[in-house]
Amino acid sequence: MPTVTVTVNGKPHTVDVAPETLLVDLIREKLRLTGTHIGCDTSQCGACVVHVDGAAVKSCTMLALSADGAKVTTIEGLANGATLHPMQEAFREHHGLQCGFCTPGMIMTAVDMVNRKGSNLDERTIREELEGNICRCTGYHNIVKAVAAGAKAMKGGAKPARAAE
Amino acid sequence: MSATGIGAAVRRKEDQRFITGTGNYTSDISRPGEVRAYFVRSPHAHATIKKIDTKAAEKMPGVVAVLTGADLANDKIGGLICGWAITSKDGSPMKMGAHPAIAADKVRCVGDQVAVVLAETLTQARDAAEKVKVDYGVLPSVVDPAKATAKGAPQIHDVAPNNQIYDWHLGDKNATDAAFAAAKHVTRLDIVNNRLVPNAMEPRAAIAEYDAGNDSLTLWNTSQNPHVARLVISAFIGMAPEHKLRVIAPDVGGGFGSKIFIYPEEVVALWAARRVKRPVKWVSDRSEAFMTDAHGRDHVTRAEMAFDANGKITGLRVKTIANLGAYMSTFSSSVPTYLYATLLSGQYAIPNIYAEVEAVYTNTAPVDAYRGAGRPEATFVVERLVEVGAREQGIDPAELRRRNFIKSFPHQTPVIMAYDAGDYNASLTKAMDMIDYKNFGQRKAASEKKGKLRGIGFSTYIEACGIAPSQAVGSLGAGVGLWESAEVRVNPTGSVEILTGSHSHGQGHETTFAQLVSERLGVPIETVSVVHGDTDKVQFGMGTYGSRSGAVGMSAIVKALDKIEAKAKKVAGYMMEASADDIEFKNGTFTVKGTDKKVGWGDVTLNAYIAHKFTGGQLEPGLKEGAFYDPTNFTFPAGCHIAEVEIDPETGKTEIVNWVAVDDFGTIINPMIVEGQVHGGIAQGIGQALLEGASYNADGQLVTGSYMDYAMPRADDLPSFKVDTTVTKCPSNPLGIKGCGEAGAIASPAALINAITNAVGHENVPMPATPSVVWKAAQAAAMKRAAE
Repeated sequence: MPTVTVTVNGKPHTVDVAPETLLVDLIREKLRLTGTHIGCDTSQCGACVVHVDGAAVKSCTMLALSADGAKVTTIEGLANGATLHPMQEAFREHHGLQCGFCTPGMIMTAVDMVNRKGSNLDERTIREELEGNICRCTGYHNIVKAVAAGAKAMKGGAKPARAAE
Repeated sequence: MSATGIGAAVRRKEDQRFITGTGNYTSDISRPGEVRAYFVRSPHAHATIKKIDTKAAEKMPGVVAVLTGADLANDKIGGLICGWAITSKDGSPMKMGAHPAIAADKVRCVGDQVAVVLAETLTQARDAAEKVKVDYGVLPSVVDPAKATAKGAPQIHDVAPNNQIYDWHLGDKNATDAAFAAAKHVTRLDIVNNRLVPNAMEPRAAIAEYDAGNDSLTLWNTSQNPHVARLVISAFIGMAPEHKLRVIAPDVGGGFGSKIFIYPEEVVALWAARRVKRPVKWVSDRSEAFMTDAHGRDHVTRAEMAFDANGKITGLRVKTIANLGAYMSTFSSSVPTYLYATLLSGQYAIPNIYAEVEAVYTNTAPVDAYRGAGRPEATFVVERLVEVGAREQGIDPAELRRRNFIKSFPHQTPVIMAYDAGDYNASLTKAMDMIDYKNFGQRKAASEKKGKLRGIGFSTYIEACGIAPSQAVGSLGAGVGLWESAEVRVNPTGSVEILTGSHSHGQGHETTFAQLVSERLGVPIETVSVVHGDTDKVQFGMGTYGSRSGAVGMSAIVKALDKIEAKAKKVAGYMMEASADDIEFKNGTFTVKGTDKKVGWGDVTLNAYIAHKFTGGQLEPGLKEGAFYDPTNFTFPAGCHIAEVEIDPETGKTEIVNWVAVDDFGTIINPMIVEGQVHGGIAQGIGQALLEGASYNADGQLVTGSYMDYAMPRADDLPSFKVDTTVTKCPSNPLGIKGCGEAGAIASPAALINAITNAVGHENVPMPATPSVVWKAAQAAAMKRAAE
């Protein structure tokens, strides 16, 4: 069985994996980081979004072996100890979640969105950028508000994303 | 109002784990020694099973067992049942066909399970499943409910000739026919309420574990009502005695009704775990979810509304065919009957109503309750008829509604329900102000200048929630009572645990229930925890659906808190050497009337447990009380949604430019959470009206079987919503709560279709109103105008 070496949330791991293992299964089944979720089998729902070398990736679209040597951040690695990332805080403050199942992917996508698009995001941009993340509970109304607020908070000198790497 | 009490927008306590990835959903759980289950499912919509050969599969690497329907029958595991008995017009009972947890001799829809493979890994189970050889005798199938009872249609269950499950009616036929005969104007509509797939983002899952030492079973599953699951799996399926079966529904990622029901896979997981003496874990793929989760809606309806010369509604006549799919799911029979026809009076004083409902089997996934369950279908019928009736008679649709609104309460409708309180004018007026209805004409003209069509549509909906008075639902055929339970455990240090029979799968009960306790006992909200979803921890409860957790679940907590306060006053009386009758309790402090004596909450709770001062042996130690609350009536949330759309006639694309919702939910515990429920409900209703539709082809194949083919609403499909409330308190429960969970999904499809038909000037716009549908309607309207 081949071996993959990845750094996840700052911690190095070397794991034997079957070649067909997806990154999401490595994260959930082998590393037992179950905050990254699986909501579909066609790479549409976005519940499994993590950051690989600083970019948002649907971890169901990537083989674990393709992540060899990469730095991966999952939802569990976003906060700085007990201090939440500003995007996490914004989702709570603006009620951007209900059942919580899509939330890790939403937050990881949102942080990536700010990294790529800056912290001054209008509603249209946020809605278009969330195309790859499906939520069934919130109607997106409060997710949009949370992302806009989280983006501003990230600019405001709060802890940068992926500090855990 | 305190910062954490009733009415405060308290940030949710449960969010910490969800935003940090430390939630605990069923699929996150892994049991030592577990095997993974994968189901072999029928590729055919309708077929006999001639033979199943599992030998090759059993030899595959990692395979522990391959089990079939014959094994299940040998072990005498019972089939799934529908728990609500409906009686046909002719007095005959509904025709419930057998529903084995694994099909033995016949499959009746695509995805029907024919075998289960247990293996060390999921990949091994999947690979082995491909080696299970099933010899099918393919039969003709029927998927269209309107064709299911036709002569020559394939017979799906032997017990149901012509695939008819029941032919039911409600109301006074003769009086209604007379009203139509005397009508000045009759509006007629043919309506298809499109089939939807609930699509909670967490797919269903089940983990079953057998404890040989105790001969007991534990099931972790994605359930909205774990006690009901335990009862059905024990009493009807015969898996294990109720006290030997523990059901745990941990964090559940959305339900919308689809996780109320007892499903074959959890039954199979339990049975298989006991057979192989290892934990069995099954997690649904999304593709499986599309095929096997109970779907929603799927009605075909002819509806007629009679008016007199003044635009007063004099009669409503409805004939509906309801598609219940291949098997009767847990509560499916009640949805197109007592949750549908009983709401056909809407917000209006309609003297005569007659509804006929024929429920049929088809070779499709079972259909059961999905957010709103019957009430969205009723609202769509009534609100489309009223809107079209207004247009046909040249009356403003708001004005026609006002002429017909029920204005005095209580109001007995001709279809069972007794509305208790409401102010329908108030919500309509507020919504019209919020959307600036009086200047709609200017906005329409501005759109026309850009070559766009602008339309506006109303939906003044009502629903029956707070489900439900046990005696009433029992008389209508329910196999269960629909009360709720609560236990309040006060610890010696004064912290409080609420054990509730309600179940939260996104609704935020850990916060709202704690707000109630914080307000009532004057304790910090941080010292209150809510326990739910585990039959070993929580007393029997009925779970969460039908917008019942506030109106029914919290009422049970109030009753238990009443007892806690009474007991705590006795404890304080002993402490201060006063009669309990002289003790007053406010903001967490007990005082003796007319004195300056006082003791705090924590002193009383500690004394309740040390019991050093209970002289005379009259008072039991401890501070723990339970209560069961059975409502005396349904609750009747109501309100007004107005949608405003702009349509490009060249492409048929609809843009929602304005959405206003004014709802009357009675007392609101947490406005932030309530608004969130409204947003989510509207999004699902917009999904139904604009995007979503489960589609089977003529061979019974599910064409919309993934997120590539089934149009889930995405963020860029939806607008932001303007949401507000009016309040008339519910008189039948102690907090005055009506419920808010389903309103958005109930109100919104009619508002949106009314807006689109208003814009294009053509009434035939079936759901989902895709660009192609809207374009065709706009073309038809343009051609009609040209011909005139």
